[in-house]
Amino acid sequence: MKMMRYFGKGTLLFRLVLLIQLAFFATLGAAAPLRLEITEGVVEPLAFAAPAFIAENAGGADYASQLAELVVQDLTSSGLFRAIPSRAHISKITSFSSPVQFSDWAAINAQALIAGAVTAEAGGQITVKFRVYDVFAGQEMGQGLQFTGRADGWRRIAHKVADVVYSRITGETGYFDSRVVFVSETGRKGSRKKRLAVMDYDGENVQYLTDSSALVLAPRFSPSGDKLLYTSYESGFPRIYLMDVGSARRRVLQNSNGTMSFAPRFSPDGNSVVYSLEKGGNTDIYIMSLSSGKQRRLTNSPAIETAPSFSPDGTQVVFESDRSGDPQLYVMPARGGSAKRVSFGNGRYGTPVWSPRGDMIAFTKQSKGRFHIGVMRVDGSQERLLTASFLDEGPSWSPNGRVIMFARETQGANGASSLYSVDVSGRNLKPVRTPDGASDPAWSPLGG
Amino acid sequence: MRRCARWFILTGILFLAACSETGTGGFGSGSSFGTDPAGAIGDPTSPAYFQSAIGDRVVFEIDQSSLTEAGRVVLDGQADWLLENGDYSILVEGHADEQGTRAYNLALGARRANAVREYLSARGVAGSRIQTVSFGKERPIELCSRESCYSVNRRAVTLLDNLGS
Repeated sequence: MKMMRYFGKGTLLFRLVLLIQLAFFATLGAAAPLRLEITEGVVEPLAFAAPAFIAENAGGADYASQLAELVVQDLTSSGLFRAIPSRAHISKITSFSSPVQFSDWAAINAQALIAGAVTAEAGGQITVKFRVYDVFAGQEMGQGLQFTGRADGWRRIAHKVADVVYSRITGETGYFDSRVVFVSETGRKGSRKKRLAVMDYDGENVQYLTDSSALVLAPRFSPSGDKLLYTSYESGFPRIYLMDVGSARRRVLQNSNGTMSFAPRFSPDGNSVVYSLEKGGNTDIYIMSLSSGKQRRLTNSPAIETAPSFSPDGTQVVFESDRSGDPQLYVMPARGGSAKRVSFGNGRYGTPVWSPRGDMIAFTKQSKGRFHIGVMRVDGSQERLLTASFLDEGPSWSPNGRVIMFARETQGANGASSLYSVDVSGRNLKPVRTPDGASDPAWSPLGG
Repeated sequence: MRRCARWFILTGILFLAACSETGTGGFGSGSSFGTDPAGAIGDPTSPAYFQSAIGDRVVFEIDQSSLTEAGRVVLDGQADWLLENGDYSILVEGHADEQGTRAYNLALGARRANAVREYLSARGVAGSRIQTVSFGKERPIELCSRESCYSVNRRAVTLLDNLGS
């Protein structure tokens, strides 16, 4: 798919303009008339209108409504925006180039207006252009943009439009043009069939990457989004595999007899894998270079050390260890060395994941017979629990660090696992639709 | 007979699976397995005898991997049997209940399988005859979410493979 083009100018220029604009907004917040600050307090969703896009030729008519609807769905799903339904609109956008009647949109209290147009091109392509308006200031926010891509990839174009709108209004990058890899589950508890699957962040376009002949666990995207790490029992023993997402080709990374390897994650540069290796009943954390295959041990204790996750700058690793008696979270230098305990609350902590913004660690906490997804500052302060259920587990950050996806399993013999997402604020908890049961979600980078 | 274990050898790789009334077995391989234990229970050299009369599994306390008194008695019987029946090697599978995260439970199951390995080794079973694996919380045999089920699921199961056959 062709990416953004500034009208009449080059991509680079646009990006430069956007960068300058963002920097300007960041330093002089008051200069931006319409700005939704994402905070951890209560947020009143920002009201916006996104009328059906204008079909600029007959072929475009097939996509005009659904493009706008998906942009609306993305933005409202974030919990930060509220769409004013089209039946309440008193003005219509009839031409992409004619001036906007701001008073008609102000009258229905739309703070932002998204106007778009779609043209069907030769060769199964469509071009979508759009503008974002600050209704009460009576001006456009940034410049109009356009995307050209395959018509059957129209959902991805709509996600990109929504990401730009999200970014223009919040000043932060979006997460709608992203994917999630997960473990699809069928069959009864006790004899579950599991296979790797990947889908758009909103549950659409599910593709299966393995069959269910071998138990698979905990897939993770590479920082570039084109590779996966996961654990499979295809040899009869848990081992770490590296898979190319496009071709679904895989190779085993750790294959020493008499050991188990699991819980892999990429380093932020994508060149190394940090993981757990079990030998003689003891599980420690190791790092492996993907180019040389060379492995190095990072922890050396008789306790269980597992679930390692890099800081986004690559200098530190957070992991769980039961060296104190109960599983707790620790941070150590990425080259190994002494680890500092960061979790001190009542309960058992596991599956720590460093946020892509670098400011927080998400985790699973087990306390008083319940499971929680929580976040804390990287020094362990300001712990907040975002969810509670019989079994919530395995948080994964959205690429912008604002949303967390996780798995929730219901109890009892008919218990089943499914995916949920929640804002880092604890608001906007909701299920993520999957065809069957699902566990171990991992979010891709933006555009991955 | 609620549980069974079967084995076969395929191109030199060991596949073992346990099955029960609640699980369909076939770990990893996706193969289907019969439900009859090998040999007659009355034959003390049979896997059926090992499973039923001696006991193929031990259970653990919550979050523990140390063997219980009852567990040691079972493993004493397993060790004696294995010393008598040198044609068999074993795979010890460690399991955890569903309380706990996936990765931690994999590590915990490995500790449990290793506790059995070390005990059997100490009783004279050659280390070369013992392999271990953990399934963490992936393969419970009892499905309820109460301690009555958890106490059965926190287990290490010894599966036999006849190298001579």
